[in-house]
Amino acid sequence: MAELLATIESYLQLPYVLPTLYIVIIIAVFPLIAGYIVLLERKVMADIQARLGPMRVGPHGLLQPLADAVKLLLKEDLIPAKADWLLFWLAPVISVVAALVAFSVVPFSDWFFITDTNIGLLFILSISSVGILGIILGGWSSNSSYPLLGALRSTAQMVSYEVALGFAIIGGLMVAGTLSMQEIVRAQQEQHVWFIFYQPLAFCIYAVAAMAETNRSPFDMPEAESEIVAGYHTEYSGFRFSLYFLAEYTNIVIVSSIAITLFLGGWLRPFPNVEWLDFLNYCPAVAMLAIAAMSFLGAVREKRWMEQVGMGGLGAVFALLGLLFLLPPVLTAVQGLFWFLLKVFLIVYGFIWIRFTFPRYRYDQLMKLGWHWLIPLAIANIIVTGIVMVLL
Amino acid sequence: MPDKTFLDTNEIVINMGPQHPSTHGVLRVILKLDGEKVLGTECIIGYLHRGVEKIAENRTYTMFNPYVDRMDYVAAVSNGLGYCEAVEKLLNVQAPPRAQYVRTILTELNRISSHLLWLGTHALDIGAITPLFYTFREREEVLKIFEAYCGARLTTHAFRIGGLQYETYDGFEEQVKAFCNIFPAKLGEYEALLTGNRIWLGRTKGVGVLNTAEAIDLGVTGPVLRASGLKWDIRKAQPYAAYEEFDFDIPVGENGDTFDRYVVRMEEMRQSLRIIEQAVGRIPEGPVMAKVPKIIKPPAGEVYHSIEAPKGELGYFVVSDGSTQPYRVRIRPPSFVNLQALDRMVRGHLVADVVAIIGTIDIVLGEVDR
Repeated sequence: MAELLATIESYLQLPYVLPTLYIVIIIAVFPLIAGYIVLLERKVMADIQARLGPMRVGPHGLLQPLADAVKLLLKEDLIPAKADWLLFWLAPVISVVAALVAFSVVPFSDWFFITDTNIGLLFILSISSVGILGIILGGWSSNSSYPLLGALRSTAQMVSYEVALGFAIIGGLMVAGTLSMQEIVRAQQEQHVWFIFYQPLAFCIYAVAAMAETNRSPFDMPEAESEIVAGYHTEYSGFRFSLYFLAEYTNIVIVSSIAITLFLGGWLRPFPNVEWLDFLNYCPAVAMLAIAAMSFLGAVREKRWMEQVGMGGLGAVFALLGLLFLLPPVLTAVQGLFWFLLKVFLIVYGFIWIRFTFPRYRYDQLMKLGWHWLIPLAIANIIVTGIVMVLL
Repeated sequence: MPDKTFLDTNEIVINMGPQHPSTHGVLRVILKLDGEKVLGTECIIGYLHRGVEKIAENRTYTMFNPYVDRMDYVAAVSNGLGYCEAVEKLLNVQAPPRAQYVRTILTELNRISSHLLWLGTHALDIGAITPLFYTFREREEVLKIFEAYCGARLTTHAFRIGGLQYETYDGFEEQVKAFCNIFPAKLGEYEALLTGNRIWLGRTKGVGVLNTAEAIDLGVTGPVLRASGLKWDIRKAQPYAAYEEFDFDIPVGENGDTFDRYVVRMEEMRQSLRIIEQAVGRIPEGPVMAKVPKIIKPPAGEVYHSIEAPKGELGYFVVSDGSTQPYRVRIRPPSFVNLQALDRMVRGHLVADVVAIIGTIDIVLGEVDR
């Protein structure tokens, strides 16, 4: 036994084993998380729109993402007769691969990251540009008018907003002085401040550009259903469609991750250097126990025994997690991960909130906003930041 | 005609509809596009044609009454009112005052429900998803009143030739008053979401402009005409039902763009509420049905009667040859006439504006095709 453990330990010390493990974990778990982000979106949407949202599959619709996934996977695999089948097949793959590859440098916590390079941020930006290719090719290869219009819109929109996005990031980078995702977070700890307070304008520009970059409302022109049906993925169905869907939600998480890393202190808890606030470290355990308590309360209120068991089981899982998190070594380990995911959750919530509040921009207005406002503002922000840094 | 080579990609022709999320039914618009710019349109209608006018010739006057509900199914009460009044004119009878009041209240409630449906779908077309659910929530309250009154929610068949079939139910006035109390706050809620929103303004201001002269030339009526600046409302110009007895204003726009049409309709809902509030407090006592023979046999002759439906002037031209069945019924549907302004309004705009403009005309294909 001890021999076995020793072998495992020696394997873990090899340079590529841990990253491979993390890759497997992320690829296995992320589609599930994306599914639950969709559920979250539907629930929040329902709340905003005075409805209940999915309620049938599992207690409070908690198993809905699984049902949706099964439905999408079992659908017939359709390729339109006039489509360019090779590109049609390749396009969603490019999108989803590009989106997932970006995870390789996302710093989920101080230990849970696949790799950290000295050009991390640049790497994410360039990889997400490749993702646009998937959308363009998808629209082009469908050989149909609406997808073509959708792809044209996406190309113009994403290419022009990428400029604003890049310039906004530069503002943050000038303060951080590094491109490595881990180092950016550490820089915020050392400087005792989240960079959003140094670069509020850059953060706002980044937020708007990120929304446009991920085709989220109010910038969802490429898939404006009331105008061009479903845009670039009009002809896609079943599994291929779900790949696009996965790519879209992955991109949301990625842009949120960049925002968090660059502006919101990454995996740091609020006020990481203030010692009397150390009790905040217990937040992960408290949050889990709170969710458990709410699940138990919900179980009591449910009327059907299936739902009671479901909610009760969920509560038990979260209660166990909460108790586990109370152990000091575990607590330290999950600390960064918890704060990072919490921030992702809050930003995604913001995305959803905005989506269901605003009407959609028109294509030309969107371009105008990008080129006339965001890019000049971002450049001005860089210049001002530079001047201030030189003077101080 | 330049030869169609691979590189000749200047213009594309796309088919919007008949299955398209924002053509409000089965309208088919063929768009000629230069990139995203619309060069021209052609409307193809008739997918919902049921020959309503021809059916009228094979039914008695009473039997045809429910059919008119199926034209503008969003405003069935108005349709019924127009038909009943046209036949009453032909018969030379007058509905009793109590019936007139109830008719006015129900028709104005119907105007509100129709405008609510327009607002929800119009906002949805422009990308605001949420107002739809709010407007349907309030529309539900109106439909509940209809349901309690006559058992039906959509195709109500609420009126009969000569008055009403049913007395109002117990609690009718209270329910209508309760709706009048909650509704202004809800209107404010919609306006908070849309009116001042920069994106909404950007999407509607200056889009689909129709000036007064063009509006008159095209024969458009209703809110579309009023938004173009002409103060023309049949409720005031040729009063029918009990409208003469109430105070209300006719909202008009200035620029004739999509935003003005939005503002005019929002204000119309407020004015409808004003009419209802005035009417509900003083519904006169008395019978609800005039003396109308069991078998309706109007004297030979013809009559044209029009009312201000939520979407514009709804006219019925009824010809009688003295038998129990109409010789001819010709209907002037507001949606059909207003729809012809579409081409004029979208030329030079973008694809995104096409859906905004279709929404702002507020068409119902059941009425366009009949």
